[in-house]
Amino acid sequence: MPQIQIPSPLRQYSGKQASINVPAKTVGEALAGLVSQHPDLKRHLYNDEGKLRTFVNVYVNDEDMRYLQKEATELKDGDTISIVPSIAGGGTI
Amino acid sequence: MATISDVKPAEALLSNDEILRYSRHLIMPEVGMEGQQKLKAAKVLCIGAGGLGSPLALYLTAAGVGTLGIVDFDVVDYTNLQRQIIHTTADVGRKKLDSAADKLTAINPYLNLRTFDTKLTSANALELFREFDIVADGTDNFPTRYLVNDACVLTGKPNVYGSIFRFEGQASVFATEDGPCYRCLYPEPPPPGLVPSCAEGGVLGILPGLVGVIQATETIKLILGQGDPLVGRLLLVDALGMKFRELKLRKNPDCPVCGTHRTITELIDYDQFCGIRGQEEPAGNDIPSISVEDLKKKLDAKADVFILDVREPHEYQICHLNGYLIPVGDLPKRVSELDSSREIVAHCKMGGRSAKAVNFLRRAGFTKVYNLTGGITAWAERIDPKMPKY
Repeated sequence: MPQIQIPSPLRQYSGKQASINVPAKTVGEALAGLVSQHPDLKRHLYNDEGKLRTFVNVYVNDEDMRYLQKEATELKDGDTISIVPSIAGGGTI
Repeated sequence: MATISDVKPAEALLSNDEILRYSRHLIMPEVGMEGQQKLKAAKVLCIGAGGLGSPLALYLTAAGVGTLGIVDFDVVDYTNLQRQIIHTTADVGRKKLDSAADKLTAINPYLNLRTFDTKLTSANALELFREFDIVADGTDNFPTRYLVNDACVLTGKPNVYGSIFRFEGQASVFATEDGPCYRCLYPEPPPPGLVPSCAEGGVLGILPGLVGVIQATETIKLILGQGDPLVGRLLLVDALGMKFRELKLRKNPDCPVCGTHRTITELIDYDQFCGIRGQEEPAGNDIPSISVEDLKKKLDAKADVFILDVREPHEYQICHLNGYLIPVGDLPKRVSELDSSREIVAHCKMGGRSAKAVNFLRRAGFTKVYNLTGGITAWAERIDPKMPKY
């Protein structure tokens, strides 16, 4: 089952979990499964049109899914999906 | 491999004192006399003298970088000292540039330190960057990140990037000749309101140390022309799990600033680009509010006021007004715990989150709910000086 890594800024919306296993054949299915388990994550990952937000990057293992088949990228057992949001700094956000 | 074009190491001769100082570099073949002279000839601009800028500036200075520029307009305060190790308790109230200059010149009197007591803006960035070989980005906000990136691309200077949040950091080297830039990674910033505010913010004090030292290492490698720089790679640092991971970064052919069809050819208004407002500003004047003085009067008069604290539980532990705690993020699902017939005063740390809470409750039909202007910080400043501020 693919594992989704949740970055710390978003863990408050994932029940504090750092990684979540979601049964899925594609990246799109995995992310859909993730937000159905944790609905609070939805508005942080998708915009009002249902598209992934541009400041949230999704990697399959170490490759940006934008350079694979995006949401249609097929997943193998043991693949890791990483959500990598942009972060600005420590003093003020 | 990115290299620095206008360094003239042959002109940067080392004195006998400098040779002794740098002996542990000079006996390494990867540095040697030639490398040390490259360091001496190099001009590095550090944006910010804060959490990332502290280790960056300290190590670059110690390593023998000849010219170090620092841009900062801030003053040292107590909350900086947990991570900004170039500043000491005695420096509180001083300009960060003055404080940093003392430490850096004490470490290395051969340093040519250039301080720029200004905010980096679209008006001054290009001119400033042209005087340096490498820019190290130690800023803490999105507008300046995009400004630094675009100015680096436009002037052809490598952008040694580091960023931190809570327990996590990112590092990379952007804007080299063939490598990706920050916009290739993130074309747009998050809209305001979707990034964690100071409520969920904070940073582990040593994390900027870890990430800043990675930035310093990459800067030195670029100058020396040694090793594999973090070009086309994003290093993720997870201090809690103590895991370092690496993701591939590609140059985006559609990137507006460094792609094949560029639409950004000069610096823009980055505050506007990021939709920026003040830090946790109270949201407008149309929110019904109450001052800390008026709240005090009501409490002293034993009026029926329900205090709703919308901060996080760990903030409540620092100080509180005996309020009923519902973190602002939990309010929608816990609204039934509140009695709409009572007068409710909502507060947070500064007034930003509680303004959102008041807005939410008003829309939910609460008519007697008010925002405590200035939050518990204003209470600590004007009503109860014994209360800690954070």
